[in-house]
Amino acid sequence: MWRQFGPALRITLLFTILTGLIYPGIVTGLCQILFRHQANGSLLEMNGQTVGSSLIGQGFSKPQYFQPRPSAAGNGYDGSQSNGSQYGPTNQKLIDRVKASVDQFRKDNPDYTGPIPADMVTASASGLDPDISPASAEAQAPRVAKARGVSLQDLQRLIADHTTGRTLGLLGEPRVNVLLLNLDLDQKFPQKEPNH
Amino acid sequence: MTAIGILNIAVYFLVILALTKPVGVFMTKLFQGERTFLHPLIRPLEKLTYRLCGVREETEQRWTQYAASLIAFSLVSLLFAYIIQRLQGFLPINPNHFGSSHAPSGATAMTPDLAFNTAASFVTNTNWQNYSGESTLSYFVQMAALTVQNFVSAAAGVAASVALIRGFARKQVNSIGNFWVDLTRSVLYIFLPLSLLGALFLCSQGVIQNFKANTTVKTVEGAAQIIPQGPVASQEAIKMVGTNGGGFFNANSSHPFENPTPLTNFVEMLMIFVIPAGLTYQFGRMVADRRQGWALFGAMSVLFLAGVLVCYPAEQAGNPQLTKLGLETKASSMQPGGNMEGKEVRFGIPASTLFATVTTDASCGAINSWHDSYTPIGGLVPLFNIQLGEVVFGGVGAGIKGMLLFAVLAVFIAGLMVGRTPEYIGKKIEQKEVKMAMLALILMAANVLVFTGVSSVANFAKNGYWNPPGPAAANITNDGPHGFTEILYAYTSTNGNNGSAFAGLNGNTPWYNLSLGLATLIGRFLFIIPMLAVAGSLAAKKKIPVTSGTLPTHGFLFVGLLIGTVVIVGALTYFPALSLGPIVEHFLMREGKLFSSLFSLPIWS
Repeated sequence: MWRQFGPALRITLLFTILTGLIYPGIVTGLCQILFRHQANGSLLEMNGQTVGSSLIGQGFSKPQYFQPRPSAAGNGYDGSQSNGSQYGPTNQKLIDRVKASVDQFRKDNPDYTGPIPADMVTASASGLDPDISPASAEAQAPRVAKARGVSLQDLQRLIADHTTGRTLGLLGEPRVNVLLLNLDLDQKFPQKEPNH
Repeated sequence: MTAIGILNIAVYFLVILALTKPVGVFMTKLFQGERTFLHPLIRPLEKLTYRLCGVREETEQRWTQYAASLIAFSLVSLLFAYIIQRLQGFLPINPNHFGSSHAPSGATAMTPDLAFNTAASFVTNTNWQNYSGESTLSYFVQMAALTVQNFVSAAAGVAASVALIRGFARKQVNSIGNFWVDLTRSVLYIFLPLSLLGALFLCSQGVIQNFKANTTVKTVEGAAQIIPQGPVASQEAIKMVGTNGGGFFNANSSHPFENPTPLTNFVEMLMIFVIPAGLTYQFGRMVADRRQGWALFGAMSVLFLAGVLVCYPAEQAGNPQLTKLGLETKASSMQPGGNMEGKEVRFGIPASTLFATVTTDASCGAINSWHDSYTPIGGLVPLFNIQLGEVVFGGVGAGIKGMLLFAVLAVFIAGLMVGRTPEYIGKKIEQKEVKMAMLALILMAANVLVFTGVSSVANFAKNGYWNPPGPAAANITNDGPHGFTEILYAYTSTNGNNGSAFAGLNGNTPWYNLSLGLATLIGRFLFIIPMLAVAGSLAAKKKIPVTSGTLPTHGFLFVGLLIGTVVIVGALTYFPALSLGPIVEHFLMREGKLFSSLFSLPIWS
């Protein structure tokens, strides 16, 4: 048994250097050359300022913006605390929280009377979900249109432009990236607003 | 279930089926010492490794030496991983200053018990995580401690599997291979090339790879938001192909920086199954009867498809209490519907439930949705998958070993029924093999059930050292049967070296850190050692010729018998515990019964 510790020690050291330092080093070098934008977080710049990442959701609460899903990451969309709610299906807190979200959604969007899209009132897994379903975007469109004073058709066209379909028509779900949609909204239908 | 959802599952399965043979052929050649297409590139590095480490390539080991090498290597690894974590504040590549006096507020301290848990968990290929990567660990620790263990714990698992296969394939010899050679070949020829390609692909899709400190941005509405950074792609790739499952971030493969698109999600799922599936083919080739390998593959496929076809509709049906509030649960081209709590929109229900099934069929444990928020039946599937022993393709190391153990039991049971000495692959299965197989099974069951029982009732001093919330059962997030499932899942997952969680359980207390860490070590070594003993015993036996009295182990009859053995053993062992957890919760949910917290919990992180 004791004779095994010689090779054990040496091979651990060797593989620590090879797979723990050289391998990630090479990957970093290649990624920084080949995929610089992605490797650094797919950050988005607006007027010289970094406003977020196209892959990481952020909080929106004002009526003139499309709103994302509820988030359990820190106090909401905290990139240093990714998490879901961990609520199980028979937890009273889950039902209470969803009910509050449903009531709020109905209040904010009085023009929408259909069933609530499930994703709009449930907390995502990462707490940083950048997407909502097309149905969730459509349901918010009348509110945003009113707040911005633009026509509903214009907004529906914008949502359609920002809807990503299934990959190869097969993988994943159709979705709308909330941050990209809202940034485009500000570009195409700007509104004067103090402190902004 | 939608047609597209079913098609997703079918396409995934067909791609795995197509990859099984080429991967199996490559690995067979590799471990039999033949040349592969990678040899011109990697062979010099391999030779250099042996020279530097004092390994004699041609020397073979008896099973006891093989086991001793594996244990010595794991002990040294454990020590390395522990020390690097504890010293992270003094080590380089730590731009977020973890473990030092400049650590960000909200950072988790790397205490001795947490470092032990993490080291044990990664050395055993479990990757259970009682910490959140983004708020606890420096990039140096993520790479030099955790990425390294992702590689070598997986490689050690493959090595042990190959040794067991040799036991069946060889005749009348005392040796089952050389651990150091098998370990080195796994790392250099399988895991490094696959990870390198995988990491580049993942990065091209948006997985980050840098050494920068976290970026703070000003959001559109003017708030400050932290965007995490780090060398994620390099770890993500080996996390999947090594069926490790330990995420760089707390949210694991649901985090957009670990798994940004449906395509990365599909590729990550392929990475989990590709090597375990290849091992079944390798088994068939090495015992010189490919049908034997496909029989194992067939049994695994049936169990795999059964699992996902229970989980997917359960999640799509959603939670009746939420449907009552006016939520849409039907999937359409406009929305995913179903139970979306703890799931990401880009994956929806089919890609989430397929991932949950795959990650627990194998001993991977990566997650792209939180199993804790699944419906009771949806959550039962991953839990029961692990309890079956992760034999459905299984982890890179564990799967085929577990399935061969059940094959030994299956022929033993069949032998009892007809009154003949059982045989498998031309080897008489005798007292020693059956004893070792049963020993492994009983130890695994005891490891799960005893710890679950103790943690359900153990009482500690409130605000004391061992478990500050007081009773060990007070660490749950969800009360009622769901809370019990959180504890049961924790020990099931650590024993099975899976690492996924019903993550509502707050495991970062000394009691849970030590008991869960111990469960990973028991689950790994008290399983591998009996299996190596079986390998040694089988290798020494002679091959007996097939007669008319031999039970063929490549036909439908045997596949059925094998599936039956797996399911019956799993059900007999765990049915009482499952009835107290997900099964009773399912009926309570339908009755509309809800639970509020009995314990008032301090926020403990």
